[in-house]
Amino acid sequence: MMRRLMVLALIALLPIVGCSRQDVDTSGQPREDAAEEAQEGDDDAGRPGSVGVTGESVEEIAAARNLSPADVSAALKTYMPSGRHDEYLMFASGGHSGQIMVVGLPSMRLLKVIAVFTPESWQGWGTGGTSTEERLAGGDARPGMPVRSADTHHPALSETGGDYDGEWLFIGDKSNGRIGVIDLRDFETKQIVKNPIADGNHGGTFVTPDTEWVIEGGQYATPLGGEYAGLDTYQETFRGHITFWKFDRDAGRIDVARSFSMELPPYWQDLCDAGKKVSEGWVFCNSINTEMAAGNDGTEGGVNFESGVSQNDMDYLHLFNLDRAAEVAAAGENTTTVNGMTVIPLEVAISEKLLYFTPEPKSPHGVDVTPGGEFLVVAGKLDPHVSIYSWEKIQAAIAAGPTETDTFGVPLLAYDDVIEAQVELGLGPLHTQYDDKGYGYTSLFLDSAVARWTLGGAYRTDGEEPWQLVTKTPVQYNIGHLATAEGDTVSPDGGYLVALNKWAVDRFHNVGPLLPQNLQLLDISAPGTTMPVLYDMPIGNGEPHYSQIIKSDKLKGWETYPEIGWDAVTQAVSANATQSGQERVERDGNQVTVYMTAVRSHFTPERVELQAGDEVTWHITNIETAYDATHGFSLPVYGINLSLEPGETESFAFTAGEKGVFAWYCTEFCSALHLEMAGYMLVDPQGVAQATGGDR
Amino acid sequence: MASQRPEARPTSRLGALGARITLPFAAAAVLLAVSILFPYWELRLNAPQYPRGLFMTVFIDHIQGDIREIDGLNHYIGMAPLGNAAHLERTVAMGAIVAMIGALGVAAVLRGRWTALLAVPAMLLPPVFLADLFYWLRHFGRNLDPDAALSNAIPPFTPRILGHGAIAQFSTDAMVQTGFWLALAASLLIALGLVQRLHQPVPEPVDVPSRAAVPGSVSSRPRTDHPAEAT
Repeated sequence: MMRRLMVLALIALLPIVGCSRQDVDTSGQPREDAAEEAQEGDDDAGRPGSVGVTGESVEEIAAARNLSPADVSAALKTYMPSGRHDEYLMFASGGHSGQIMVVGLPSMRLLKVIAVFTPESWQGWGTGGTSTEERLAGGDARPGMPVRSADTHHPALSETGGDYDGEWLFIGDKSNGRIGVIDLRDFETKQIVKNPIADGNHGGTFVTPDTEWVIEGGQYATPLGGEYAGLDTYQETFRGHITFWKFDRDAGRIDVARSFSMELPPYWQDLCDAGKKVSEGWVFCNSINTEMAAGNDGTEGGVNFESGVSQNDMDYLHLFNLDRAAEVAAAGENTTTVNGMTVIPLEVAISEKLLYFTPEPKSPHGVDVTPGGEFLVVAGKLDPHVSIYSWEKIQAAIAAGPTETDTFGVPLLAYDDVIEAQVELGLGPLHTQYDDKGYGYTSLFLDSAVARWTLGGAYRTDGEEPWQLVTKTPVQYNIGHLATAEGDTVSPDGGYLVALNKWAVDRFHNVGPLLPQNLQLLDISAPGTTMPVLYDMPIGNGEPHYSQIIKSDKLKGWETYPEIGWDAVTQAVSANATQSGQERVERDGNQVTVYMTAVRSHFTPERVELQAGDEVTWHITNIETAYDATHGFSLPVYGINLSLEPGETESFAFTAGEKGVFAWYCTEFCSALHLEMAGYMLVDPQGVAQATGGDR
Repeated sequence: MASQRPEARPTSRLGALGARITLPFAAAAVLLAVSILFPYWELRLNAPQYPRGLFMTVFIDHIQGDIREIDGLNHYIGMAPLGNAAHLERTVAMGAIVAMIGALGVAAVLRGRWTALLAVPAMLLPPVFLADLFYWLRHFGRNLDPDAALSNAIPPFTPRILGHGAIAQFSTDAMVQTGFWLALAASLLIALGLVQRLHQPVPEPVDVPSRAAVPGSVSSRPRTDHPAEAT
């Protein structure tokens, strides 16, 4: 009751407070004068009474903090009292952090960073733990050439019937052509696969409506399989690809043996999406560089890619018959194998009617299937429109039999035969998602804005004109992707939209030449022209590309591992699990095996005495069962850093080559006696003489 | 209530049976049997970092709940693991309960004056349970390992067996639970049955039930006693 009164009082105060500000804006337009104020260097910190919050009434606080009614409204819509949980969780790629961020909505609180392709010592990911090193090595590009950087682009939540089911998460690494598989029971990466035929991707990951396939579209054409060829043979030897990774949900792994790729012309395939409902079984990708520009060799008159790739007025939207392609791949009669990967050659894709093209305007970006699967929305990037293709018309054109082909003989559906509408939105349209009211939302990179526009067909039941721009909300700045709540599923929720802006410029206090990205939360719950920005979230550890927003009650993560001694790879009790009372150090010649437990506030044993040259395998089990009772383990010099979540068993192995006394300790502040949770590893150099005859 | 049951007409088979056995004993046997499915006592520990609380739930023959966590905390003050407590009691508990139920059955059917005493052990179960619980809590609280990390911080103590207490940053709430209440109800029924049996002579030949005298007269006296016992 008190809270309700407070809210009423607050709302009543809004007009009063508003009188003191000239930059009141309820339509979500940016407060340009506020930005100017900041630039004058006379920011809030210099104002009397603005240090801390003075006053107790909402009016006093708003006045003291120089908040407009729109600010107060945005604060009320996003504020989360301590202990209250967010309605949605957003999984955002971390870009070149190689990770995934988990963010709560509407509070925009960062809940977790999931390590995927890059080492991360808080989670003990790739910092000595055997199982994490092995998983990372699964993505190494070439034998003996470990890759520990990445550029995560498009996260994809697993789906059942076209809706997020909250069980699995996939992400593509553009920079090395890898896919990560994350188990959402423990929010941990379980598998990394490297594409055997290509070292890069962009159109990944996207999943089919029942997560049978994880889609990885390529990007920069190369000779497939890591072969060499000169750029003067670009058209003959360079190829694009799309790879369909078979996901085995029971095993929780991508089944590489049942996965396959399709050879494509050396255009630069870009973004993809899976068909839904009426278009289920098909996959769509757009492309750029149908010009087949091969780069500037630096001689006079050379043409840079930025220009060479942008010459054609039309590029090709790729249409894949995935169901039939999977049959062809499984039959294996017309396929080839490249580095162990089943590949459908381009001529087979054509002859088996697996692949069609249709023109799409000017270096587009993003092909986004509407919730019912009836339309494909392609954003122009260098064209101010979104182009809407009708799945019904595409099917008719395919049935009629296209008469034209591209250079490589791929059948080409006539643009006029398949286009449903075009909507002029503004400059630099990139990506589109949907809501529950029949609107599409498209990011406008050059305009730095989010456009809301009306879908047509069955989506228009409110009498609004179909295929029309409704409103635009400026965002700060250079928006790439956007995401609405469950906005790429068969049943979008609406309500919230997050703009993933590439530049922050002046949005936050300067923190050096390398600036954070700016994720902005927009309220899209009201129809029509109101679509205000509610919150700015700086991202200081990478550049998120894409995100997906899932209703948080769909996620049913484990609070602790189900049993003591859990192996997070097999998701079962480990053979190396050590229970309380079973701790021991076993020695067989110079082979030493340590079975250790960790519980507040001690390791058992606390001493491990080795001789130089010992080959050591060390297992630690966190025997805690309490929620949040994680321990860490850091062993200096040897570079071991583990995270041991309650119940987990993790292992590491090394050769005791460096003599000395090494104090390890628990890196998590686990208890009042956390500092005492330590131990000594001694490596006796005399051991060399005894154990191995002394080579040191 | 239960004491009115003997008035049921002996024309029905159930009525005839009711007239032959001591119903409060039989009912007590049932309550006791059911009680073993439910916890007898529960301790809730509250501390800031345990917003859901920590629970120690005591059944007649086992302990469950956050025992691992409570043991982990207790080791800081040098308290022995809870699993070490009441070994004997937990081992014999089920056998003892079965024996008590059997004895109650015998006492219910064999309506001699002295067979009624077979019901006495079951009647004493609730106070014995509490006394034993108190003994072990006191024993654990007063026998702390002096070498424990926080042995200086926490002097020996006796945890509260009922109601609210406090130990370090924990507040505790302890209360008897459903199983105990069922056993207590069984005790009261047994007391009632004993009053019937010891104060009201029963016709000696068990196989010749009187059709009129027994039920009416049996019912009248306990009804006057019952309210006093219940309070």
